[in-house]
Amino acid sequence: MGSPFSPHSAQTHLIAAVFSVVLVIAGVIFLVVAAGVIYSSVRYRSRGVTAAEPRQVFGSRKLEILWTVVPLAIVTGLFVITVRAMVLIDAPQESGQTPDLVITGHQWWWDARYPNGALATGDIHIPAARRLLVRIESTDVIHDFWVPELARKMDAVPGRPSYIWLEADAPGTYSGACSEFCGAQHAWMRFRMIAEPEASFNAWLLRQIQPLAEPTGAAAEGARLFRTKKCEDCHALGKKGPDLTHVATREFLGAGISRNTPENLALWLTNPQAAKPGNRMPDTPLTANERAALLAYLESLQ
Amino acid sequence: MSAWLCAIDHKRVGILYMLSALLFFLAGGMEAMVMRAQLAAPNLKLVAPEVYNQMFTMHGTTMIFLVAMPVLTGFGVYLVPLMIGANEMALPRLGALSFWLQLFGGVLLYISFASGSAPDAGWFSYAPLSEKPFSGGAGLDYWALALLLITGGSIGSAVNLIVTIATSRAPGMTMRLVPLFVWSTFITSVMIIFALPALAASLVMLLSDRLLHARFFDPAQGGSPLLWQHYFWIFGHPEVYIVVLPAFGMISEIIPVFSRKTIFGYPLMATSSVAIAFLSYGVWAHHMFAVALGRNFLAVFAASSMLIAVPTGMKIFSWIATMWGGAIRFTTAMLFAVAFLLEFTIGGLSGVAFATVPVDWQMTDTYFVVAHIHYVLFGGTVFALFAGAYYWFPKISGRMLDESLGRWNFWLVVIGFNAAFFVQHFLGLLGMRRRVYTYPDLPWFGALNVISTIGAAILAFGILLFCANVLMSLYFGAPAGDDPWNAWTLEWAAASPPPLENFAEIPRVRSRRPLWDLKHPEAPDWTRA
Repeated sequence: MGSPFSPHSAQTHLIAAVFSVVLVIAGVIFLVVAAGVIYSSVRYRSRGVTAAEPRQVFGSRKLEILWTVVPLAIVTGLFVITVRAMVLIDAPQESGQTPDLVITGHQWWWDARYPNGALATGDIHIPAARRLLVRIESTDVIHDFWVPELARKMDAVPGRPSYIWLEADAPGTYSGACSEFCGAQHAWMRFRMIAEPEASFNAWLLRQIQPLAEPTGAAAEGARLFRTKKCEDCHALGKKGPDLTHVATREFLGAGISRNTPENLALWLTNPQAAKPGNRMPDTPLTANERAALLAYLESLQ
Repeated sequence: MSAWLCAIDHKRVGILYMLSALLFFLAGGMEAMVMRAQLAAPNLKLVAPEVYNQMFTMHGTTMIFLVAMPVLTGFGVYLVPLMIGANEMALPRLGALSFWLQLFGGVLLYISFASGSAPDAGWFSYAPLSEKPFSGGAGLDYWALALLLITGGSIGSAVNLIVTIATSRAPGMTMRLVPLFVWSTFITSVMIIFALPALAASLVMLLSDRLLHARFFDPAQGGSPLLWQHYFWIFGHPEVYIVVLPAFGMISEIIPVFSRKTIFGYPLMATSSVAIAFLSYGVWAHHMFAVALGRNFLAVFAASSMLIAVPTGMKIFSWIATMWGGAIRFTTAMLFAVAFLLEFTIGGLSGVAFATVPVDWQMTDTYFVVAHIHYVLFGGTVFALFAGAYYWFPKISGRMLDESLGRWNFWLVVIGFNAAFFVQHFLGLLGMRRRVYTYPDLPWFGALNVISTIGAAILAFGILLFCANVLMSLYFGAPAGDDPWNAWTLEWAAASPPPLENFAEIPRVRSRRPLWDLKHPEAPDWTRA
């Protein structure tokens, strides 16, 4: 996971700057309080000698005004900083502009749709050094889209899409995750933002909408099983499960719970609940041959 | 036994509240230890994801509704009549009813474990996750029904405390002369009456959705998931002050007595509590900064949330000014009160960070929040409760808690608490999200988590030591006498423990420190203030 203090966009740079100011102010205030507490604890400690009671002080108008006005001034300053930063960071919610990307949270994975019809699941590609207007949606419960290095977090509320600016100032891979508790597998609802130079991004985007080569051999049998065993009833855009069109290109399975190896992929076919406890995939009875054919097909989906 | 079951005396009801809270505190603590064990290293599989989710849901619900609220109510019910020179609560039977509603709510919540599906949607159970299609078991029905009972009990005890404080004060004790603990209990009770109905309303809507096929929170049928959040946090943020203000009141009693000085700026202390209460109703949406609610809307809530720092800061500085120039005795109670000042300040300052909206846009729902709430509720409320326990145990039991065990108790709690929770700030800054049952092996995650787990174990040991101290001191503690701390408020004029009728003769009150006036006839407070 990236930290808010390793910002890679104009928005997150600004947040890091505001956060630094807040931490410095908080640190100074804490030191003042601690100094007062420790000084009076040490200086005015009574060591068991039964002396007369100390002088009784009931209050001081001047001091009380001081510690009303100074904190008020500090929070007023903070408020000004806050509002100025909000204006710069926040994306317009009702601009009518077509989003560059629509990112959707599901229990428990993320996918992204591009204007040309391309779909990315888990690994979301973006062009580097371009500010994108991203629409955040949810199909079931409330999720929260969070890539600490690239953007503010934004709740994905079902029935209520929202918008953020998303930007990566340099090519790279940035990790993200759901940041609102969303059920059994909230822990494994991770994803990666892959920022690429414009040209390679465009090439990737084009590849996503070109039809894949017809599978051959065992993979062809697997493709047939994918239909007859009703895998495709869920594993498609707009259905209950993640789209698998390019599953072989992914680094991780189950939104981060395991690496994308043939063994881990096979586990999803033999025992989905062992692969990711609590997920919504039912057991499908398969023979060893059928399993091998399906695996061959899935591994061919580049 | 039946003397306790049928108790309506405020002292017995108060003790019942405190004991039940202590039992639930141990239960909630065990749930926390399960979580810390599971998180001790990356990718551990000690418990299943659903079990982990039940643990944090039950931990949060327990600590807020079955520990913090009842124990503070218990202190209020026990102490308020004594502090205002009354012999009884104004409505003793309502007092008993409120306790049993509260307790049965707690029992109902825990029966959910036996039903096989404890609630697992978090202590604020956001819709639609809490709705039938996503949480099919009976756990959330138990949760909502239990909280409805607890809501009824809380409102009952709040009414009782308000009526008692308004009508049963000793002759001469105007509202300008009541102890600050009574003031804060009074304000808290008013807050409960206005905040808890919002919770009850949201629970009724949730139960209607779950059991009667209503559609309050279902966007596909014209409902709104955000409706739940607004209702819940209109209750939920005042709730934070409901469980913090009485703790402030305790600190305002304890620091003066052990500094041998009257509280600094009494009128400001009382009015700042009123200010916090008012502001607390206008800050709820700061729990929703990550929802796209509109920039201007959020800015208003940022302003109100930041403003709360002002009256809170006044209190901190007034407590320091009370210590300043005093003759400080570091009893265990005072150690906890002084530690409270530092720990709570950390929690308050991280709270200001969250009021700064862009910071919240990164840090909400991370371990930075987990650290923040524990510095407020443990470093604040629980530290004050430990101080209050050491301070008032002699009055309640007639015996002193052991001071050398108290030192061990104090240092283990301070070290354990800070080890467990301070590192969680860093985990949040590194991007660790809250409410995850496990995490990948990322740089520093394992190391910081294992420190947190070790800290939690030390903390648990310190808390068990407190329980041992209470049990041992009940039987072997040194006799306390009526006024072991040479204190100034009326409860110390009664016997320890106080008889059924607290005061043979209701004292006449002329100042905020009636016992100071008795002990210092040469310079009574009423000649100055």
